[in-house]
Amino acid sequence: MATTLDKVDVLTVGVGWTGGIVAAECAKSGLKVRGLERGEARGTEDYSMVHDEFRYAIRYELFQNLSRETITFRNNRQMNALPMRMMGSFLLGEGLGGAGTHWNGQNWRFLPYDFEIKSQTEKKYGKDKIGKDFLLQDWGITYDELEPYFTKFEYTAGISGEDTNPFWGKRSKPFPTPPMKKTPILEKFEKATTNLGYHPFMMPSANLSEPYENPDGSTIAACQYCGFCERFGCEYGAKSSAEITVVPTALETGNYDIRYHSNVVEVLKKGNKVTGVRFYDTVTGEEFIQPADVVVLTSYVLNNAKLLMVSNIGEQYDPDTGRGTLGKNYCYQILPGATGFFDDEQFNTYMGAGALGMTIDDFNGDSFDHSKLDFIHGASLSLTQPGLRPIAFNPVPPDTPAWGAEFKKASVHYYTRALSIGGQGASMPYKENYMSLDSTYKDAYGVPLLRLTYNFTDQDRALHKYLSERSAEIMKEMGANTIAPANPLTDYDIVPYQTTHNTGGTVMGNDPAISVVNTWLQHWDAENLFVVGAGNFAHNSGYNPTGTVGALAYRCAEGIIKYSKTGGSLV
Amino acid sequence: MSNEKEKQGVSRRDFLKTTGIATGTLIGGGIIGGLVGYNANKGSGKNEKTGETQQGQNHEINVGLQHFKTMKSFNILSQATERILPEDDLGPGAIGLGVPYFIDNQLAGAYGMNAKEYMQGPFEDGAVTQGYQSRLTRAQIFDQGIAKLEEEAQSRFKKGFEELEPDQMDEILTAFQKGEVKMEAVTSMFFFTLLRQATLEGAYSDPIYNGNRNMEGWKMKGFPGHQYSYAKDIESKEFIEYKPQSISSMTHK
Repeated sequence: MATTLDKVDVLTVGVGWTGGIVAAECAKSGLKVRGLERGEARGTEDYSMVHDEFRYAIRYELFQNLSRETITFRNNRQMNALPMRMMGSFLLGEGLGGAGTHWNGQNWRFLPYDFEIKSQTEKKYGKDKIGKDFLLQDWGITYDELEPYFTKFEYTAGISGEDTNPFWGKRSKPFPTPPMKKTPILEKFEKATTNLGYHPFMMPSANLSEPYENPDGSTIAACQYCGFCERFGCEYGAKSSAEITVVPTALETGNYDIRYHSNVVEVLKKGNKVTGVRFYDTVTGEEFIQPADVVVLTSYVLNNAKLLMVSNIGEQYDPDTGRGTLGKNYCYQILPGATGFFDDEQFNTYMGAGALGMTIDDFNGDSFDHSKLDFIHGASLSLTQPGLRPIAFNPVPPDTPAWGAEFKKASVHYYTRALSIGGQGASMPYKENYMSLDSTYKDAYGVPLLRLTYNFTDQDRALHKYLSERSAEIMKEMGANTIAPANPLTDYDIVPYQTTHNTGGTVMGNDPAISVVNTWLQHWDAENLFVVGAGNFAHNSGYNPTGTVGALAYRCAEGIIKYSKTGGSLV
Repeated sequence: MSNEKEKQGVSRRDFLKTTGIATGTLIGGGIIGGLVGYNANKGSGKNEKTGETQQGQNHEINVGLQHFKTMKSFNILSQATERILPEDDLGPGAIGLGVPYFIDNQLAGAYGMNAKEYMQGPFEDGAVTQGYQSRLTRAQIFDQGIAKLEEEAQSRFKKGFEELEPDQMDEILTAFQKGEVKMEAVTSMFFFTLLRQATLEGAYSDPIYNGNRNMEGWKMKGFPGHQYSYAKDIESKEFIEYKPQSISSMTHK
């Protein structure tokens, strides 16, 4: 028998960047906020012994325990979906800060083109550029409308950067902190791309170039370039994350608390409103009902969608009929690139920071003409110096055996003599790529697992090929002796790590026929339910998602505060 | 064999006697634990004769088998890892780096027991793109894989795996890599993938996990391990060699 707790004004399910931002803004405005987090409390002091590649990066110290919950996967509807038994393609976060604790800190604003991708693509290239099976749609909001929220997030996080990229949207304010240090590796990329007529600039970084105090009074330290960012927490408090910014901000108001070890299994709905959530205490096993005036789903993309599905809120997308919106437009990220092997130069590749890099956007969004190309959009191409670690990084030139004497020689030699250009390639929504509930496999609470049906498309393969060719050209200009472009895309494989940039499933828009939430991230079918995160993306852009997720969370928080005064639909 | 032992290294008891540390009083303390490791480690050979039961006997005294029950299984594993990462002029191979002990120790814990993996049925083979679908834990896969290595050696060469020539071992490992050897409830390709990955992990993880002995793996690659900051050197145009440091430097002051 579930115990019913006292009602709160605002409840967030999960406490990472989105849950933290919503909590900070709502608590500052006087609302009583509670965060339910299924993982543990953690902070900078817990990361003092984090320089341990094996424990954190290889054995996944900070991530979700899949023995309790995972997802199932199949490439297409004809296949039987099977559980992702081991972590691989993407890394699900758990605990305070969520995936925002173990991110690299590469912080972008999606392009103006992204928010109006359908109308702009059709206007320029006609209605049938990539075919009707791609479910392109505008986001219902423009870059200019979202700009203040991007700025707000960047000032909270103290993002380090330079506003010299001619291809991104207009910024109302400069970056809060100057760019990171430009290393010899980055200079090499800068010189090569400049020679080729491109426009390199320092990557916007949440590993801060200097100490910073944000408008809420939180301080973020200066990055030490120790080379342990992605998959790690920062022992210096120099990588912006929720637990060193918005969470303490929210707690200081006295209007906020976090209940840890609380695994939400259902959003409770009555009529056109939600009444709260049902959750289990993962330590005691007790079941609770947490009533709330407003419920905000702020967990990871996959779990936000799953909670709506198991709670029967909204209509499940059906690829046969095209009906339903929940679970549609699941997208991933396409990763073109090229690795260069240098025979006569040795680099300090073990030093670095997750977002230490230089980028060009000359082949991103619609910066270049696609008339004669068989794909749309593109990728940001970057050379980053994240700090390469020896278990994961064993680069060998093509045709080197994967083990044995030759492998050892090459992988030891090139560990400090190989550089990679990597693209964050855009991923377009396709009618067969979607999320739904699995009918066989269940989590530790008997709740069905989320089922992913996903494969790469011809659009993805064409984009990947074109951008890998451009990457190889840059690598040639950088003077690499041997160049290995990324292998051509075949079928999506859930085994090797690719990227934790899963998007879609709970997309935003201004039409309930094709979106789950409106442009305030308010659910079309329940006015006091908000769903925020990369799940709101109608497609995935040629960048890492967090900057845009942060902007949407600030927009969502403003919507919640507005709703708590006026009620009703915000649009 | 016991004579060999005395020549090659210092036993734990000898060490404690000669350093004057009384066994009953201080042993078990973190500091002594650290001392034992560092000192007894001196002279640990990287040229141990492979394939014999004495291999690894000069490893740190507090390192031993937690998973394997026979030296035979352990030695087969050792030889297989050494073929994946052999000793050469750059430095020690898998055996010299302690990789077999690392793998044994990992198999005895969360990794070997699949503690953080989803292990609910029903189990189906699935497509390659769907990944690990075996009902077996990694420890069971290694046990079966090692037995199969021996079986293949016997059927192909009428000898035990440990006694094979390096190119014969490679032939068998290649058959595993290609998935040509029949295994139960798992493919030989999958076992090989696990074996190769575990070998790299043992070679290059922090020495606290009983591989990467003396940080020799890091020294080969030029990885400095745990360093507090590179802020002063990150703009250097020269390649910088740091003396590597283990994360244990934070606990063994």
